[in-house]
Amino acid sequence: MKKLMLAAGLSAALLMPSLSQAATYQIDTQGAHAFIQFKIQHLGYSWLLGRFNTFDGQFEYDAKAPEKSAIEVTIETASLDSNHAERDKHLKGSDFLNVSKFPQSTFKSTGFKSTGAGEGILSGDFTLHGVTKAISFPVTMIGEGKDPWGGYRAGFEGKTTLKLSDYGIDYNLGPASTTVEIGLFIEGVRQ
Amino acid sequence: MSRSALRNTPSSYGWISIVFHWLMALAVFGLFGLGLYMVELTYYDAWYRGSLDLHKSAGIMLACAWLLRVLWKFVNPQPQALGNKAWERKAAHLAHGLLYLLMLALFISGYLISTADGRAIEVFGWFELPATLTLANQEDVAGVIHWGLAWTLMATVALHAVAAIKHHWLDKDKTLVRMLKPGA
Repeated sequence: MKKLMLAAGLSAALLMPSLSQAATYQIDTQGAHAFIQFKIQHLGYSWLLGRFNTFDGQFEYDAKAPEKSAIEVTIETASLDSNHAERDKHLKGSDFLNVSKFPQSTFKSTGFKSTGAGEGILSGDFTLHGVTKAISFPVTMIGEGKDPWGGYRAGFEGKTTLKLSDYGIDYNLGPASTTVEIGLFIEGVRQ
Repeated sequence: MSRSALRNTPSSYGWISIVFHWLMALAVFGLFGLGLYMVELTYYDAWYRGSLDLHKSAGIMLACAWLLRVLWKFVNPQPQALGNKAWERKAAHLAHGLLYLLMLALFISGYLISTADGRAIEVFGWFELPATLTLANQEDVAGVIHWGLAWTLMATVALHAVAAIKHHWLDKDKTLVRMLKPGA
């Protein structure tokens, strides 16, 4: 019994330092508990929604030290899906994303500024269509805790609006459709 | 027009084969031109959607004609090739086979682009052709193949036309004339 308590105490002591630094979370793309969606006006009359089905990434997060938060996401642009093959083909072609030339889009964070409990402004470099720009957008924590299968998960959401011409995409979709809203809904499994 | 002029004979084409040949030639040229044109249209062109609908509908109708023509070919005598040299007759036979195969492959690849998301192809609002295969990135792969096949078909058509003219002017045989009217 004594031995066991010692072992428990020792492992607790060993675990201590790791609690004070941010933990790494793998974005749960395997179980598809993460989504990257886009939303753009259609003619100014309605919204067109789509998503990227294949992406990968991880983030660092610790509720006690939110300023240490960091994230890296890589999107396979050819996985674009707007639920219409003919449109997807056009969007993946040279008029828009040119996925054969620019197969990946990436976001690498450069900083995080906490603005309150479970929310903050994420800054980073976003690369799309071969163009890299520094962007900042608000993110919110949805929740974190143990899952029913022995793991630990945390989820966030964030969205930002991009001007297509900033990324060298200038196909005329009409005056209402010059910007696209990107929505990030991610759940990570602590490693 | 006698009934016999409808069918092929061992030396000449009947009206049915002749009409199939020229109508399908017209459709092939039309679809090729329309295909090149429609992909250049922009979002605010009035015919941006209509051109694609027409291309798909006409393409499916051409595929039906292709099927009927192949069936007709099998129940009719095949007029003897007119070239003097064996290699020439063999080359002509190969080129004709290639034309049929390229058309078939174009129908299939075109169909696979538009049905890649499980949507059916609507043919002039008359009927719908349902989707079958829906693989990942199918529309992209099928698109590249469709484009390559279209140009290959046009190159083969050019060869076919040059050969017909060669038979007409240089060999002075009936190869071209017998595709214009039966018993020529």
